[in-house]
Amino acid sequence: MTAVVTGIGVAAPNGLGVEDFWRNTLSGTSGIGPISRFDASGYPVRLAGEVPDFEAAQHIPGRLIPQTDRMTQLALAATEWALDDAGVDPKSVDEFDMGVVTANSSGGFEFGQRELENLWARGPQYVSAYQSFAWFYAVNTGQVSIRHGMRGPTGVTVSEQAGGLDAIGHARRHLRRGVRLLVTGGMDASLCPWGLVAQLPNGRLSTDGDPASAYRPFADDAAGYVIGEGGAILVVEDAEFAAQRGARHYGEIAGYSATFDPAPGSGRPPKLAAAITGALTDAGLTPADIDVVFADAAAVPALDRVEADALVAVFGERGVPVTVPKTMTGRLSSGGAPLDVATALLAMRDSVIPPTVNVAAEAVDERLDLVTGARAGHLGAALVVARGYGGFNAAMVVRAA
Amino acid sequence: MDRHVAITGIGVVAPGEPGLKQFWARVTEGRPATRTITSFDPSPYRSRMAAECDFNPFDVGLSQQEVRRLDRAAQFAVTCTRDALADSGLERVPADRTGVAIGSAVGLTIRLESEYAVVSDGGRRWEVDHTYGVPHLYDYFVPSSLAAEVAWTAGAEGPATVVSAGCTSGVDAIGYACELIREGTADVMITGGAEAPVSPITVACFDAIKATSNRNDDPEHALRPFSLSRNGFVLGEGGAILVLEELERAKARNAHIYAEISGFAARSNAYHMTGLRQDGREMAEAIRVALDEARLPADAVDYVNAHGTATKQNDRHETAAFKRALGAHAYEVPVSSIKAVTGHSLGAVGAIEVSACAMAIEHGVVPPTANLTDPDPDLDLDYVPITARDVPLSSVLTVASGFGGFQSAMVLTKPGREHR
Amino acid sequence: MNEFTMDDLRKIMRESAGEDGSGTLDGDILDNSFEELGYDSLALMETTSRIERALSVTLPEEDMADVSTPRDLLAFVNGQLTELV
Repeated sequence: MTAVVTGIGVAAPNGLGVEDFWRNTLSGTSGIGPISRFDASGYPVRLAGEVPDFEAAQHIPGRLIPQTDRMTQLALAATEWALDDAGVDPKSVDEFDMGVVTANSSGGFEFGQRELENLWARGPQYVSAYQSFAWFYAVNTGQVSIRHGMRGPTGVTVSEQAGGLDAIGHARRHLRRGVRLLVTGGMDASLCPWGLVAQLPNGRLSTDGDPASAYRPFADDAAGYVIGEGGAILVVEDAEFAAQRGARHYGEIAGYSATFDPAPGSGRPPKLAAAITGALTDAGLTPADIDVVFADAAAVPALDRVEADALVAVFGERGVPVTVPKTMTGRLSSGGAPLDVATALLAMRDSVIPPTVNVAAEAVDERLDLVTGARAGHLGAALVVARGYGGFNAAMVVRAA
Repeated sequence: MDRHVAITGIGVVAPGEPGLKQFWARVTEGRPATRTITSFDPSPYRSRMAAECDFNPFDVGLSQQEVRRLDRAAQFAVTCTRDALADSGLERVPADRTGVAIGSAVGLTIRLESEYAVVSDGGRRWEVDHTYGVPHLYDYFVPSSLAAEVAWTAGAEGPATVVSAGCTSGVDAIGYACELIREGTADVMITGGAEAPVSPITVACFDAIKATSNRNDDPEHALRPFSLSRNGFVLGEGGAILVLEELERAKARNAHIYAEISGFAARSNAYHMTGLRQDGREMAEAIRVALDEARLPADAVDYVNAHGTATKQNDRHETAAFKRALGAHAYEVPVSSIKAVTGHSLGAVGAIEVSACAMAIEHGVVPPTANLTDPDPDLDLDYVPITARDVPLSSVLTVASGFGGFQSAMVLTKPGREHR
Repeated sequence: MNEFTMDDLRKIMRESAGEDGSGTLDGDILDNSFEELGYDSLALMETTSRIERALSVTLPEEDMADVSTPRDLLAFVNGQLTELV
């Protein structure tokens, strides 16, 4: 069984929709800017990647709007685009043959802040009937499955930024067990004051107020990352089924592996390299077969060093081009890795590696070949790396169509 | 060669006294742990009850820093993990080959809400005050921290994740763990669920949809599965962690095996975020697929552990599902819900129920449905009212249903079954 | 005390449960069931909750079982308002 991606839907800070996103990504156009969603003037963090121009009413039925957080609205819109892109009408597929597995990190956090405020400032009778499901981690999967009548296996994985690869990997498991089509990926949006304040204590957010310098992974003086909202939804299918219905595909989910770091204080090294080699082995490929790496890019020097060490251990010094298009979006938590997978597929389709922005190649660990300007060339396979706060490591290999 | 999954260790913190033995005693005696909420003043709420765990984290050996860092659900998870590992007799897990999958529906809600109350100054400020943010707030913001804490406790370095599928999370996490063992990615999985949702926002949100019972003057008898007078569930809390091992490994080290997990399936009703159609079609499909995977015919099921939340719609829905999936056998097999005793702990309860099923197989006892004194005449199956039964059990089915349309089924079988 | 009108109800329904396409709630819908109008039990709960808060009135849940159309709901609400006077 070969798992292929037949549809992509993107909602990113530098592009609503795949074409918008890809064009901006190739041209190095960043979507990071001052937070406009709320008054951030009192906070040490002023920047975020915000999805531009998304009016929910233009993309999803009016009836769904009062009961959905923004992240669910983005997920529903992106799912529709992905299904369109895949050229598949869910009504034409047996309902039990379609599943939904998405990743999530923080639930419908803004919806939750409003309802918490209703409760604490006004009283229990002010809490919405929709709070019982609009904020929980499973809501995107739930609403997507309802909207498209998908009654096959459904699930949700939460492993912070690594969760997106876990979800896609799990969707592939279902395909192996006979499910024909799954909607997968991840979408998070927590750009509200409580969302920002809940993230500050992780100590990893950049407090630089200049979008051109705030998020510079692998730079010697990297000082944290920028948060963002958005992600990508992918339609994955059994290649045979896709071929039967005459669908084209972007490429194959060829390999996946996940590990968890030893407990802090154990003195033992992180397990990122193990996840990378695990994904290669799963894909039946060697390091030499990988033409580009989409890095996790924490932009915290110690964490960047761990990632650089792992890449060097597997690929050798400057052994593979490494790029970080998320420098144009910020880290999107559960949406980040699926967006990287989508980007990798587009890169392979168009034979061009998108750039890392705001980082000068000279300022970076010289053991890495960091791509800082779009680089043309044939790409047969790509590696996506994602790490979740707490020690989650995930790696995925995608192969060109 | 096919790989199979054995349960070799169980750790439970359930309403009432913590511990597997205490849990099993209460469940078989049919002694409800539902009471008026004590952890905060419930008087402003419509439903003022919960099934609370008499759990003191210091008494079970958690340290000062652990108690400070860990939300109550995480305290449950860590405690259950330690208990399950001790129970399994595994001195050390094979780190690279041990993964983690923990179910949670609402994450670290108690801490998240209590911290919100402070930074927002009681909901007065939309632009909440970051200077009041506590150091571990990010752990509560993304509940993957539950899996991280369990992995650290167990020394697991394989794949780790939190499975969050509403009220099926507990069962689904265990199902996820089984898949990782069967496909050869892991030999050991530390899995289950933990939930501590008894917090104002959760109580309020269930009040808003009238899903919880408001029989506040009689908390012990408030959650009445399959009863004519049933009027909703009672929120619960707790955790259950299992040590799962690849069967041959478990046998090779002479591990005590409670049961095997022989089948699992998750489906969606794709109908409504909270509502259920009355025909139980998708739950029936999940049951059919789980039995298929277990290579068992419907009439091999000796006991059905129901979702049994005592809402009008749930009990009707799953009764229909049982009839659809098991045919005539639905009328012969004992069906019971232990939620009358444990309450509904959302993402944990599925794992608590799998633990009960493993114990049921081990001891040959079908736990009763407590509070079932006025059966609903429209629900005509054998729901094992009030009193447990001694019945040798070879195959047990447990089901779960969750907001978002999730419908799950899992089959446990007695160890020693021949594998074709 | 002001009467609770269909227009008032329309406004609250739009806020609490949204509207698909323009005009689902326009025109004479007094005797359409909420189900026909595409408003499920959740939407109805949200709607009644908002009415309760807006008008400081209680709509006892036991009596809501008989409410299936906007006409029923308006009558019920106005009945409760009258009792308050």
